[in-house]
Amino acid sequence: MAKLYTKDTQAIFWNNNTTAIQRMLDYDYTIQRKKPSVAAIVAPTSGNKFEKFFYGPDEIMIPLYKTTAAAKAAQPQADVLLNFASFRTAYDVTMEALEIGGFSSMMITAEGIPERLARAMNATAREKNVTVIGPATVGAIAPGAFKIANIGGTIENIVQSKLHRAGSCGLVTRSGGLFNELSNIIAINADGIAEGVAIGGDRFVGSVFIDNLLRMEENPEVKYMILLGEVGGTEEYKVIEAVKSGKIKKPIIAWCIGTIAKYYDSGVQFGHAGASANGDMETAEAKNNAMAAVGIHVPASFNDLPLMIKKVFTELNLPAIPEPAMSLCPSVRKSKEFICTISDDRGDECTYAGFPISSLATPETGKGIGDVVSLLWFKKQYPKWATDFIETVIKTVADHGPAVSGAHNAKVTARAGKSVVESLVTGLLTIGPRFGGAIDGAAEYFKYADDNKLTPAEFLNHMKKEGVPIPGIGHRIKSLKNPDLRVEGLKKYAAAHFPSTSLLDYALTVEQLTTSKKENLILNVDGTIGILMVDMWRALGYSEEEINEFIASGTLNSFFILGRTIGFIGHVLDEKRLAMPMYRHPMSDILYDVQEAEKI
Amino acid sequence: MAQKAIREYDAKSILAKHWDKYFPNFTYAYETVMVQNGSELTAIAKDKKWLSEKALVAKPDMLFGKRGKNGLVLFRDTKPGDVSLAKATSWIDEKSSTPQSVYFSFDGDTPTGEAKTDMLTHFVVEPFTPHAQEEEYYISATCVGDNDMLYMSAEGGMEVEEGWDEKVTEVAFAITDTEEEIAAKIKANIPADVAATDKEKFANFAIGFFKAYRELNFAYLEINPFVMQGTKIELLDMVAKLDDTAGFMMKEEWGDVDYPTSFGMEEKSPEVLAIEDADSKSGASLKLTILKPEARIWTMVAGGGASVVYADTIADLAGIDDLANYGEYSGGPTTSETKFYADTLIDLMTRIPDKQGREKILIIGGAIANFTDVAKTFTGIIQSFETYAEKMKEHKVKTYVRRGGPNYEKGLKDIKEAADRLGLYIEVYGPETHVTDIVRMALAK
Repeated sequence: MAKLYTKDTQAIFWNNNTTAIQRMLDYDYTIQRKKPSVAAIVAPTSGNKFEKFFYGPDEIMIPLYKTTAAAKAAQPQADVLLNFASFRTAYDVTMEALEIGGFSSMMITAEGIPERLARAMNATAREKNVTVIGPATVGAIAPGAFKIANIGGTIENIVQSKLHRAGSCGLVTRSGGLFNELSNIIAINADGIAEGVAIGGDRFVGSVFIDNLLRMEENPEVKYMILLGEVGGTEEYKVIEAVKSGKIKKPIIAWCIGTIAKYYDSGVQFGHAGASANGDMETAEAKNNAMAAVGIHVPASFNDLPLMIKKVFTELNLPAIPEPAMSLCPSVRKSKEFICTISDDRGDECTYAGFPISSLATPETGKGIGDVVSLLWFKKQYPKWATDFIETVIKTVADHGPAVSGAHNAKVTARAGKSVVESLVTGLLTIGPRFGGAIDGAAEYFKYADDNKLTPAEFLNHMKKEGVPIPGIGHRIKSLKNPDLRVEGLKKYAAAHFPSTSLLDYALTVEQLTTSKKENLILNVDGTIGILMVDMWRALGYSEEEINEFIASGTLNSFFILGRTIGFIGHVLDEKRLAMPMYRHPMSDILYDVQEAEKI
Repeated sequence: MAQKAIREYDAKSILAKHWDKYFPNFTYAYETVMVQNGSELTAIAKDKKWLSEKALVAKPDMLFGKRGKNGLVLFRDTKPGDVSLAKATSWIDEKSSTPQSVYFSFDGDTPTGEAKTDMLTHFVVEPFTPHAQEEEYYISATCVGDNDMLYMSAEGGMEVEEGWDEKVTEVAFAITDTEEEIAAKIKANIPADVAATDKEKFANFAIGFFKAYRELNFAYLEINPFVMQGTKIELLDMVAKLDDTAGFMMKEEWGDVDYPTSFGMEEKSPEVLAIEDADSKSGASLKLTILKPEARIWTMVAGGGASVVYADTIADLAGIDDLANYGEYSGGPTTSETKFYADTLIDLMTRIPDKQGREKILIIGGAIANFTDVAKTFTGIIQSFETYAEKMKEHKVKTYVRRGGPNYEKGLKDIKEAADRLGLYIEVYGPETHVTDIVRMALAK
């Protein structure tokens, strides 16, 4: 891996740190990335499914997941983990992600992770060949490609410090606070940076100077390197060895801060936890001298660093870097109140989930109402066997005569002189747990039993304990000997066209048991529809979790509402046609049992 | 700082608390008490009978070693092992009543280097343990580079530092080593001088010791010496440091442990303690060390790295005699936190006039911030200026500001306007000026 990040790199951001994520997206927009650099956010305690962010003037949604595993499964291409967990949980998050695998690098921001845990985490990552940036860092940047969280500061500063496009310096610092400062100095005195890493201030960090410099040595965009070290530790000596042995040939400019520490005893802690010299070798002065001795460019003081950069850069005599096109983030942006993800009327022609209406409206397109439902309800073009099934369902549930309570209500309302829409909604408002609800219930309970591998006997027992009759089982008059032809039709269609019907197969074993108790306890039409819908979704590749969400959100009921609307409208129009008078229920049909009120 | 030294008494208490887990085949009586004066010892003796029944040893427990050579270990009255409770009581009272001088290094028995003088405030008292020299051993563990190191020797006692290479066996462990690997390595490396019959026992103890070191998050753990008599262990002298970042998960394991300042270190001033207190309650970072309160250059720098380069540059250009403090504020402090920090600093810098009557210099420095709102933090500094304007004028304070980052233009403009309005001398620079160049400018005048 010669480059830490490319313009296609995407990250999973652990913790919904909206400000930092927005900064990344502003950067992405500015440098005209094709895809946002954050593919997913892990937010263990959030109930939301996405978070809205600005992408330039527009808004985009980034999906939220409860676990790293779920995020990684949904976004396998995201191979960078940005671990913004606290020092209490950062270790667990990193170790879990290492276990899941598929990450090439991880950045850990927490400061003060217990040393033993930090060491274990870093060693495990090294074994698995995963580059760790941090802990206790502001991150890293590959200008023009990918930027972690807050590094580089505001977008104005980024452009000013030429962090919007790759320059020719490879920058490695311990300090995150001085990273921006160095970027600024490099922009003023040279042509910006190609890759920059703040390795972190804790005593035990993952990738150290040498790891990053060796990678930069391989990166053709990097022409020279700058290292800003610190008093304490011996990491700089590994760099000295690499220069001596010829492993690093590109010029290095280096400085260790903390030269003041030699004046005071160890009681004064200058800078980071890692910044404390144990022995003469670890002083800033000794390290600066040792680096100078092998030909690393070491200035006389930090104040002289800019001059040294200018000198080394000028001697390299590099061609000027062309300034790429940039997009400008508007300074004032307004968050949108509504979101639409199914249809779009902004273009020449309105589209349903990307399909222009004309591409599915007329008969020669071969598309039917089932296709429209699959696009507008599920944002997917279902295969023909599935859209045909949807249409079969709609046709099957369209009406069931005038006596059912929904149709009756619609009719009574129409006779009271109300409009079509008023009469229709009166009928629709009757749909619920008792009227039409069996589709929902059957899908829910049968799926539950199947998911939990209950035998039919166990399932019956379970329902008995719950105290509810099994939804989708039972008919007023029909039995196995005198079957419901609608059910037969649905079953026949499914057998011929569904790739598999696992839940229906299970339901039929249940039916065998129930009908052995009472003849009319058959799988009825509501049950068959609910169960076959689950089978359809399973065959279409939805996860069990997604199917459970469909059921919970009332999707099955929606098929009934859609179909039965056709019937209700028919009944309402029928009343209008017949011009039937206002309906009054006969008093003889009501049992009056009213007591005289007590006096208080 | 992540690694913090603890008292010998606390180190022993932590091991004693978990003794059966790590040393199930050994016994440790844990007869040790810590007192601050003689009467405290007398009071404790009512509960702990061994204090009146056994001969005692008493010594200060204040993070420094070489107590024997400093004549600060009481183990004899007229002959070794005859110290009574009464003697220990009077000795502690005597040693704690006047300041004591302590040397930290010796050449043979001759002290070298400078002594530090301070009051002795904490003592441990334990039974005198008669034992043979052969029963003394040395063991310690710490982290070097990426590895944990275990050091073992068949020779205990304070002489171990002389002749380290010959006497001490070193074993290195990777952080990822399993318990089996650790046990195997230790067993294979028992010092040759340990008697053949004791080797297995020693290995057993060493494995438990190293496990305790790892699992209890010690950063350093040394017993020098421990005495092994059959399965009975005495911990004669211990030194320990804890990794205090692990404190949140070690509350139960460590119990109530404190982190004393080392002997002879100046007591922290109330101002420094107040900043430490504010730091512990804030998500931001506030740090302050007073180096020389009468010096004329004071720094109020944002960010850990920047604070170091400012201190470096002042030392380079002015020398450390002029540097009054070291410190930093970072991590997005609130306006009121910044005001409190600035108040503390300006109050301190306007107490003692410069001896040569020179102007005082206040460096309000910082690099280009990643996310800290500069205008917001500067609002806190401006409020502090308003409080201290008269005193600042009295001490001829010249302020030099350099900062970049979110909202820096407004921050710089606001602070300049405020200083002008209050009649304070100020120079203000942004990211176009090199971060530490204001030090050069301030000293050039």
